[in-house]
Amino acid sequence: MEYVSPEGLRLDGRRPMEMRQIRAEIGAVAKADGSAVFEMGNTKVIAAVYGPREVQNRSQQLSDQALVRCEYSMANFSTGDRMRRPKGDRRSTEISLVIRQTMEACILTHLMPRSQIDIFLQVLQADGGTRSACINAATLALADAGIPMRDLVTSCSAGYLNSTPLLDLNYVEDSAGGPDVTVGILPKLDKVTLLQMDAKLPMDIFENVMQLAMEGCKAVANYIREVLLENTKTLEYRRGV
Amino acid sequence: MEQRLGNSLRMTLNEKNFIKTALLSDLRVDGRRPFDYRNLSIKFGREDGSSEVQLGKTHVMGFVTAQLVQPYRDRPNEGTLSFYTEFSPMADPSFEAGRPGESAVELGRIVDRGLRESRAVDTESLCVLAGKLVWSIRIDIHILDNGGNLVDASNIAALAALLTFRRPECTLGGEDGQEVIVHPPEVREPLPLILHHLPIAVTFAFFGDENIVVIDPTHNEEAVMGGRMTATLNTNGDVCAIQKAGGAGVMQSVIMQCLRIASVKAADITSKIKNAVELHNTERALRKIKRHSSFVALDVSGPGAKMRENENQSGHQKEVGELSRNHTERLKLISEESCVSQSNDVQGETQSSEQGGTSWRDGNAKSFISRPSSWDPSTKGVDADLLKASLASSAGALIPNKKLKESISEEKPCEAKLEEPLADIYVAPSRIEASVIGLQTNGENTLKDAVKPKNKRKKKASSTIMQIG
Repeated sequence: MEYVSPEGLRLDGRRPMEMRQIRAEIGAVAKADGSAVFEMGNTKVIAAVYGPREVQNRSQQLSDQALVRCEYSMANFSTGDRMRRPKGDRRSTEISLVIRQTMEACILTHLMPRSQIDIFLQVLQADGGTRSACINAATLALADAGIPMRDLVTSCSAGYLNSTPLLDLNYVEDSAGGPDVTVGILPKLDKVTLLQMDAKLPMDIFENVMQLAMEGCKAVANYIREVLLENTKTLEYRRGV
Repeated sequence: MEQRLGNSLRMTLNEKNFIKTALLSDLRVDGRRPFDYRNLSIKFGREDGSSEVQLGKTHVMGFVTAQLVQPYRDRPNEGTLSFYTEFSPMADPSFEAGRPGESAVELGRIVDRGLRESRAVDTESLCVLAGKLVWSIRIDIHILDNGGNLVDASNIAALAALLTFRRPECTLGGEDGQEVIVHPPEVREPLPLILHHLPIAVTFAFFGDENIVVIDPTHNEEAVMGGRMTATLNTNGDVCAIQKAGGAGVMQSVIMQCLRIASVKAADITSKIKNAVELHNTERALRKIKRHSSFVALDVSGPGAKMRENENQSGHQKEVGELSRNHTERLKLISEESCVSQSNDVQGETQSSEQGGTSWRDGNAKSFISRPSSWDPSTKGVDADLLKASLASSAGALIPNKKLKESISEEKPCEAKLEEPLADIYVAPSRIEASVIGLQTNGENTLKDAVKPKNKRKKKASSTIMQIG
């Protein structure tokens, strides 16, 4: 199947180095301390952050840092066929673990000992790149909750089909069986926190694909900064500053 | 997380600081250099498809089983591969029995991705009846002792188990060709799985902010590390999978450097696995010979240059003479050769053995030959004197001789049928056996040497035999 046409257009009309349209909204869940909705093309994810608050399970309390918990789940209606997804299935567990460790690396947990920060992620629409959208949404939600962080964490995926590196794969391109590289970076520090890859790739091509994904992450970071700036301005205005 | 926290909670601050400070000076607590692996030992169990890997103190066992199932609807002509891990609480106090924890799921998915997504196992060859029946391969990994770096050890265990696994052969039969007959291993030799390449997982641990990277972290180092990355590569220079699940941030250049180091380590580990599997296969072939202890094959195309010449000249007759000269020892030798060759090469193609470059015309593939279990083709030659002494003194030497005479007169010069008439005559005289154990020697002229001293000895016996032939 042809994923890149001879003119250089992908299945949805994008260029290989073009990302899908991003949209973010802060404060979607009123009850949560911080929340955000993040859309990457047709993928839509909602994140809610509760914390820092008292640890619910005393045995897990850490005396020197905050406990970060993360839960990733896909809604039944998120994919094409409505499937009842068991809560603790292995993919969800792995993604929860991965996102938790990613966010844990950037939250300044030592400033909040003996407390707990919960990140809940729900995928409303899944069209490829749910992991990346979740991380971006979590970053926004944590910022909305006012939790101190070292840097933003942004994430993007890239692949390699028809001998072309492609940025931001959608579901069809992802299930083509080609390699899928998901990268999460700290943009200001220029460090890679999350790196996941599956399927085979020669090492030099992998370097190109990873570089492309990092560029995508930086573009997302710029957008997120804009959104946060807008949000802060609105808050200032409401306070009458 | 609970595992890592459990780790670090059990360590004192002093221990943690000690490890960190030592790493700042490029020293590791167990004396290794930063990019050194621990000792790797791969062992195999009695059954096909079971392996036991020890990487330092980490102890992991892998098992592979296969079952006929219905294929997935969207992939009707491909077999399936499933991966399960069992984190036994005896390996680590933080492991809980029953439901796999987060780290167990992560490990399972990392190794699974490395094997499945990179198409290491050929799933299309597992199809029996398209759309109806395919083989489902199940890999189980049991963690027996957690000494750190479970991912690498589990990956090696899975690969070793897959390489030595044999699935039963099945053919289509029945009236409409839709019935599947599964042949038990005694009837038909089970088949190995087809593996295109070996994806090897190499784990790196990152410490602190100084960009300190080490390979193959131990249990204690894992409790202290800031982040980890597992790169799965094969020896063809492909990256099969990477997992860096958060943790400390690292520069992209460091990641590429780690990948380069990992490819070197992967080549090293691949060769170790292949050596271990080869050793096991040879051993397995030898064991198979012992199983069918009632057969002795007289293979016409015997080992050694002398035999070959004989074969070319006068075929059977000469060989009979040769054989009788060497009695049982030679028989065992030949049988050993044919066994090794046939087990290595089921189709019976010619194969040069390690002794004097013998080539089998046809491998006598069907029948196994018996031999003493302690017979080892790679030992040094036995002392000729000892051999002569034992042969001369043992009365039993004559018995096989006589029986040979009978059998040889009966049989025809056809290799494949030789086993049956000889079925009853296989004698395992302990004395001869014991002396003969070391007969086969390494090197080019082993059998010649073995043969020559006997020529003088057994002239009398051979002359009798010659008359028959």
